[in-house]
Amino acid sequence: MMQAAEKAPKPVKQLDHRYEGISKVTGKIKYAGEFSEPFAKSDLLYAYLVQSTIPSGDIVSIDRAAADNSAGVVTILTPFNAPKLSQAPPQPPARRNLSLLQDTSVSYNGQPIAVVVARSLDEAKSAAALLKVKYAPKPAKIGLKNRLAEARWPKDPGKEPAGNHRGDAQAGFSKATVIIENTYITPIQHHNPMEPHGTIAWWDGPKLNVYDSTQYITGVRQSLAKTLNIPVDFVHVVDPVVGGGFGSKGSMWSHVPLCAMAARITGKPVKLILEREQMFGPVGGRPSTVNKIKLGASADGKLLAMQQDVVMNASVMEDFVEHAEGPTKNLYMSSANSVSAKIVEANLGVSTFMRAPGEAPGTAVLEIAMDELAEKLNMDPVQLRLVNYAETDPSHDRPWTSKNLKDCYQQAADRFGWSKRNATPRSMSDGNAWIGYGMATATYPANRSAAMAIVRLLPGGRMFVGSGTQDLGTGTYTIMAQQAAAGLGIDPTLVEVKLGDSTLPKAPVSGGSQSSASVLPAIQDATSQLKLKLADLAIADAASPLHGLKTLDIDAKDGKLFNRNNPTQSDTLTDLIARNGNKPVEATGSAEPAESKDAMSSQSWGAVFAEVAVDKDTHMVKVRRIVATYDIGTLLNQKTGHNQLMGGIVWGISFALHEEAHIDSVYGRVVNESLAEYHVPVNADIGTIDVSTLNIPDLKFNPIGSRGIGEIGITGTAAAVANAIYNATGKRIREYPITPDKIMLA
Amino acid sequence: MSLVHLTINGENKSVEVPPMKRLLDVLREDLHLTGTKEGCGEGECGACAVLLNGELVNSCLIPALQANGTSLCTIEGVSTEGHLHPIQQCFLEKGGAQCGICTPGMILATQHLLNKYPNPTMEQIQEGLAGNLCRCTGYMRIFESVQEAAKLQNAGAGA
Repeated sequence: MMQAAEKAPKPVKQLDHRYEGISKVTGKIKYAGEFSEPFAKSDLLYAYLVQSTIPSGDIVSIDRAAADNSAGVVTILTPFNAPKLSQAPPQPPARRNLSLLQDTSVSYNGQPIAVVVARSLDEAKSAAALLKVKYAPKPAKIGLKNRLAEARWPKDPGKEPAGNHRGDAQAGFSKATVIIENTYITPIQHHNPMEPHGTIAWWDGPKLNVYDSTQYITGVRQSLAKTLNIPVDFVHVVDPVVGGGFGSKGSMWSHVPLCAMAARITGKPVKLILEREQMFGPVGGRPSTVNKIKLGASADGKLLAMQQDVVMNASVMEDFVEHAEGPTKNLYMSSANSVSAKIVEANLGVSTFMRAPGEAPGTAVLEIAMDELAEKLNMDPVQLRLVNYAETDPSHDRPWTSKNLKDCYQQAADRFGWSKRNATPRSMSDGNAWIGYGMATATYPANRSAAMAIVRLLPGGRMFVGSGTQDLGTGTYTIMAQQAAAGLGIDPTLVEVKLGDSTLPKAPVSGGSQSSASVLPAIQDATSQLKLKLADLAIADAASPLHGLKTLDIDAKDGKLFNRNNPTQSDTLTDLIARNGNKPVEATGSAEPAESKDAMSSQSWGAVFAEVAVDKDTHMVKVRRIVATYDIGTLLNQKTGHNQLMGGIVWGISFALHEEAHIDSVYGRVVNESLAEYHVPVNADIGTIDVSTLNIPDLKFNPIGSRGIGEIGITGTAAAVANAIYNATGKRIREYPITPDKIMLA
Repeated sequence: MSLVHLTINGENKSVEVPPMKRLLDVLREDLHLTGTKEGCGEGECGACAVLLNGELVNSCLIPALQANGTSLCTIEGVSTEGHLHPIQQCFLEKGGAQCGICTPGMILATQHLLNKYPNPTMEQIQEGLAGNLCRCTGYMRIFESVQEAAKLQNAGAGA
């Protein structure tokens, strides 16, 4: 196991473009639902998921006569004939409370209640329309804002306690000169990666194979084995590339085991791809949060107390807590904090992790409150944040592994031209639009888990690197190639990468911004082991110029092993492997968080500045500019890294202005379950986005110095936009998304 | 079943399919051209965009029979003789592709846009690609890819 050496690492040579980029721009790369081998393509059957049309109750009967006789139908699975499975309690992220046709109860509108399998998708769909389902409805729990009194503590809050106190918040408020107290609301959101969830499953005797669009092949493997009651070694999960996930593919949802069940019953390969409308419920979403926030400060802006009480919706099927109170615990140095997170049960699909769980809604609400506090104190919003800068982690009373947030504020403010801001609303306009400037702080915890990797030196001085991780478009292939190449000092274009296959060494879920921070140290360890093996090979090889040296005297660079004490004495990797009969040399490596991890906190930071234009008549908001600077440790690849940050920022703009799932107040169904009605930004919605990173390695966090980058872009951005809208219009909207009607009515 | 004749990426193909089968499924299932993606199946996201007689269409909204006798260009036909098309080259180099699902449609929409406006303004780019959703890139790199492709194509045309 490599120890975190606290010296600056050698800069890693970056790939010029995405490793798998050519296969993406040519459309050649295959996603999970697109494979037509190794099974016989002509055997492939198509499954269609049938969903409930009531939010609560029981299925009394399903009349399937017409559907059974419909052309092309092979089988229909319902709660009345589905094989019995072993049900285990949920264990997120891998295992969730699923709808696997084990009983007749209906817990939400849109719940999977049957699967129709046919020779073609059209035939499966048309047969599904012929099923006559008779329900015995029960009263449904719908709504959140009107049911806050029903809030209760979650049964299992996850990693964080649902309530937390530090210092005496009430004493702080009583001493405060200025108090802000308001309620802030965030809506239900659904991830909507561009690639719909999908699975192809086929059985090979007792063994199950699946192609599945997932952020966690190991989780799918374990959950399938557990659910279907087969040994984990009998399950093989493959997913070489994922078309986005954003958390919705971090857990295995009902369609995956249902597809495997259909394959077992029919004895054929079965493909089950969700339709877009089926991604609003059965595969999770971010819960709505109602946040009562109270901030108390002295006249000089020092925070004396911060309080946030969150109430959110959770499915009747499973408690899931969106820790929106996180930033109130650790973003600023306040004398006291008090937070709570409670849930109100609803007949909705299970909530789940969605890009920056906790911090996305958390910063969206807290950072509006901070803007209000700054205004009341007549203080610049950046200055207020500097006055309350947390040099150590207030929530755990321990140091940060690295924090350079002050530089983020400074650099982003300078690039943005923050000094030109006029704090008075409606003081800037351009044509028929009010112009506003706003800012907010971005933050997301740095996570890391145990991971393993395998590397090989191949003939011709090429390399192979493999790990059972995933690439969701995030750049995992690219940075794996770079890290492996750096280990032997070769060019990253000489590295072949394999991931997304459960036969590879295990890696964690690609969620929580932890893939690079977990997998790269494992590759670093593997290449160190490989270098030692190669050195020993050269030392033992009479034909090698390095014959007879000591292992520790040998290092690798530019495709060669060389003597550290006499660098001209060297042996090329190509020659070395050729003399080995061109037999590859292999090494495995692993890495896990240091035992000392609990002595320090690791978190990423950023400062986001927004300029908006709000039309004086229509109240339409256009985000003209976002300027942001992030402290995310080492930036591993400029292109893929900036893409992640800019993509996150667009999610933040979307959070601020567009995204919201509307729930029918009687039927409990998501009303806008399509991309026409569930709004996300298109090209024309986006102005300019200017991001930079400090690129300061955090070597106390891991030996690569990189803290992960997938989530932080969305944090802070929504509030920066909301605060800019206030600066433009003088209207403080505390409920997202900030649509024109809300501005108009305020 | 109907016999449908198509010219796809310059090749003549005939398929026997139900007349209302979506062109998207004909491409992906019958002809194994999986480069054309399905994002929504309702004409909202542009992931399935192809050029039909030179016009940009969402192939999920075109019944097979309506495509009979037409000439189609899919992502598989954009590059020629193993060389990336300048638009593909720019999406690769500028980072216009991330998860890759919107990329084929985005590239065909770009081809359509640049045929119409060889020197598009930023507004024309944003409007021209407004029918193509991307959930990953943050769009900036897509704008840059299109601008660079326009430059490359114009330089090529002038040479």
